[in-house]
Amino acid sequence: MIAVDGVSKSFGSFVAIEDLSFEVAAGEIVGLLGPNGAGKTTMMRILAGVFPPSRGTVHVAGYDVVKDPLRTRAAVGYFPERVSAYLDMTVSSYLRYVAKMKGFSGSAANSQAVSAMGACGIEAVANRIIGSLSKGFRQRVGIAQALTGEPSVLILDEPTSGLDPEQVADMRDLIRGLGEKRTVILSTHILPEVESTCDRVIILHRGRIVAVDTTGNLSRRIQRAGRIFVEIDAPVEDARQHLSQFAGVSSVESKPRSGDSAASFIVMTEQDRDVRAALASSIVQRGWGLVELRSVAFSLEEIFLTLTQDQEGS
Amino acid sequence: MTRIWTICRRELQATFGSVVAYILLAVFMLLSGYFFYSDLVFILLMASFTPVAGLWQWVFLDLRLVTLLIVPLVTMRLFAEEKKLGTIELLWTYPVRDIEIILGKFLAAVAFFLVMLLPNAILCALLFSYHPFDLGPLMSAYLGLILLGVSFIACGLFVSSTTENQVVSAMVTYGILVFFWFLTWNEEAANQAALRILLGLSLFDRFFNFTRGVIDIRDVVFFVLFISFFLFLTWQSLTARKWRGVP
Ligand SMILES: Nc1ncnc2c1ncn2[C@@H]1O[C@H](COP(=O)(O)OP(=O)(O)OP(=O)(O)O)[C@@H](O)[C@H]1O
Ligand SMILES: [Mg+2]
Repeated sequence: MIAVDGVSKSFGSFVAIEDLSFEVAAGEIVGLLGPNGAGKTTMMRILAGVFPPSRGTVHVAGYDVVKDPLRTRAAVGYFPERVSAYLDMTVSSYLRYVAKMKGFSGSAANSQAVSAMGACGIEAVANRIIGSLSKGFRQRVGIAQALTGEPSVLILDEPTSGLDPEQVADMRDLIRGLGEKRTVILSTHILPEVESTCDRVIILHRGRIVAVDTTGNLSRRIQRAGRIFVEIDAPVEDARQHLSQFAGVSSVESKPRSGDSAASFIVMTEQDRDVRAALASSIVQRGWGLVELRSVAFSLEEIFLTLTQDQEGS
Repeated sequence: MTRIWTICRRELQATFGSVVAYILLAVFMLLSGYFFYSDLVFILLMASFTPVAGLWQWVFLDLRLVTLLIVPLVTMRLFAEEKKLGTIELLWTYPVRDIEIILGKFLAAVAFFLVMLLPNAILCALLFSYHPFDLGPLMSAYLGLILLGVSFIACGLFVSSTTENQVVSAMVTYGILVFFWFLTWNEEAANQAALRILLGLSLFDRFFNFTRGVIDIRDVVFFVLFISFFLFLTWQSLTARKWRGVP
């Protein structure tokens, strides 16, 4: 549905993104993740047809964004980072205008506006002036604007920024719902957002791709060293000694006790070694009670730090 | 094509939805009405035998000034406001050509200008009903004024596309238009050859011919070229995002 191949974009001598290549299949929800200035907005503007890439090719819904800009744009709904709308229009007249700009006329434009309002839950404010709406509702009007015309691809640039936690949850639900029938690319610099919404994630840093993978795979891939949480019913020092002398374990960190008698540890293991089964049986053999043993995945927060540090190191 | 109309309509709705439009219309009406009246009285006093012959020259030279005063205030928001709000970025993601965006806004401003001229046309019609006169010179003067006003609009549209500040937009437009007016003011300083070129470029000298009832096709062509040139510059200014990015 989206194919980006060797894309660079520079503004004057400043290179905003460099040699990006990735693909997004129909129906996927993909997160573009990166710190400020990583190039997320620049990439999304290219996808939405705001400006062409300096180098490389981009296909969206089968059309080349440079050779066939109007047809590409017709297939894409865009929600800009800077939420904007004509503040003097009512929600419904604004969305009708958007539908007309996207090529619908008369009653078709009207029904487009109505269904976009329905999808975003803003029917109640249909006749309000946009300038009088709260931030959360304006954001929804922005999403409705992107949805108008039933585009097959949605490009959402930081759709949850500036919302309160409840609105953020609502917005994520909304996006997940939209993603059921459409291809969605959303950008964010909040990791849990990607984890909760996206199938795959593309991590950008300083205009380059640092990693592309499924959200789950990525955390496994980065997990060069394994991490295990163990809770043992045994004297703390004995248990610690046993764990740290165990083959394949690189370090042991004890967790503060939470009232009961069991001792808990975070055990880091050497690369590519799964010691869980052996560890469990050795604990049981010593006659201790094994309360809990599970591997702990790295959060994207940690992955992200590791990846970007790797980049800087190389 | 239909998108030109969609943009034009939204633009007109936005214009007439704000009180600024009515203030501009009122100021234009009052000033042009006042000039019409005082010029009429003056001509009647000076040359009572042919009241209308020299009238149009006076009236339209005054209207020229009122147009110069008002048009930059009409065009200042066209693109500047969209840039300020950020809605321009959205326009660029819709299946619409830059040229359609430009023409939609341009036509909306032209329509507003024509509405602005209406009260004055009614005065002329009234005068005609009391005292029928030769319509030729009046029509020529109107053609000249419309070409002049539309030239101002094209210039204002371009300036508006270069800034997100409406005040800057109006001020720079005044600057450029006054420059085209003053081009021939220092006739003494310039040599003959230079003066001929400057005269050729002066919007106001060309307008002068129309007010005398003379329609010279070269003057018409000049205005059309002037308008096309600024529409082209506007197009270039929108296209600049391709290497400069979106601010
Ligand atoms: N019009 C422009 N002219 C010059 N530099 C620009 C322009 N637009 C963006 N940049 C630069 O390109 C880089 C990438 O910007 P971009 O807006 O794509 O980042 P981002 O990942 O969206 O960041 P954020 O999380 O802050 O939104 C930044 O360093 C920015 O300063
Ligand atoms: Mg951004």
